[in-house]
Amino acid sequence: MRWFWVDRFTEFVSGSHASGVKNVALDEEVVDDYCLGYTMLPPTLIIEGLAQLGGILVHEKFGFTKRVVLAKVGSAKYYAPARPGDSLQYHVKLERTQDSGATVTGTSHCDGELQAEVDLMFAFLEEGHLIDGPLFNPGDLLAMMRMMNFFHVAVTADGEPIPFHENL
Amino acid sequence: MALSEDEIFTKVQEALVDALGVDDDETTRDATLVGDLGAESIDFLDIVFKLEKAFDIQIPREELSPEDILTNSQYVQDGVVTADGMAELKKRMPWADLSKFQENPRVQDFGNLLTVGDLCNYVDSKVNQ
Repeated sequence: MRWFWVDRFTEFVSGSHASGVKNVALDEEVVDDYCLGYTMLPPTLIIEGLAQLGGILVHEKFGFTKRVVLAKVGSAKYYAPARPGDSLQYHVKLERTQDSGATVTGTSHCDGELQAEVDLMFAFLEEGHLIDGPLFNPGDLLAMMRMMNFFHVAVTADGEPIPFHENL
Repeated sequence: MALSEDEIFTKVQEALVDALGVDDDETTRDATLVGDLGAESIDFLDIVFKLEKAFDIQIPREELSPEDILTNSQYVQDGVVTADGMAELKKRMPWADLSKFQENPRVQDFGNLLTVGDLCNYVDSKVNQ
């Protein structure tokens, strides 16, 4: 099953923020299945896209050593539907971190207008909780990040290219 | 800058209403976070983040969740916290009212111990120390 809800990273600064693009296209079944007669990207998948950007922001901050999961959507507000042809500009900001989780705020803009905003909380699964072992098959996360142009734009807080993490 | 008891209570209340989706009037000082307000384990992380932001403090995990004590065989026997364990808990959590728990200190009951008032006392110990 395909589960990529961001098309491309456009900016990534380690431990700080990230931006990306999600293009809404009518060839995605969910766009016309969700609300019959009214094509739109389901709002929950905008949360998912922002969570994918934010989850990688959190994951990278901890050197890809944690098992990061979206644990809570603190708030989500939608101001306009995302229709086929729309290009959503996602932006996420790392707000706070703990040894057991992190919070991220995120926005989606379309044509310069605020389209949605969310507060997300990520938790780090402890070993043995829910499932054992890594959350991704070997190489899957790395492949996903490559497809999303992560390594084209990702820099450290000092502006240097993100080093390759052995844990990926 | 020192905060008054009422200022702390109001901010703690806001954090709990936001994190748990409860009403203002439910968050009395005596209300327990788990039993009365329905907090689940993941909510505690959310509450910690909200308190850190509201009061500009750092909350180390072990200060609110003394799991290391409650899983230490030196302090727990047959699922019950020993006298040494109680002493350790009181040292770790001087802001918590452990008197009721102490009457029958079963580890399984510890999760439902903390009240809104305890949380206020904890924050007070952090911001007004």
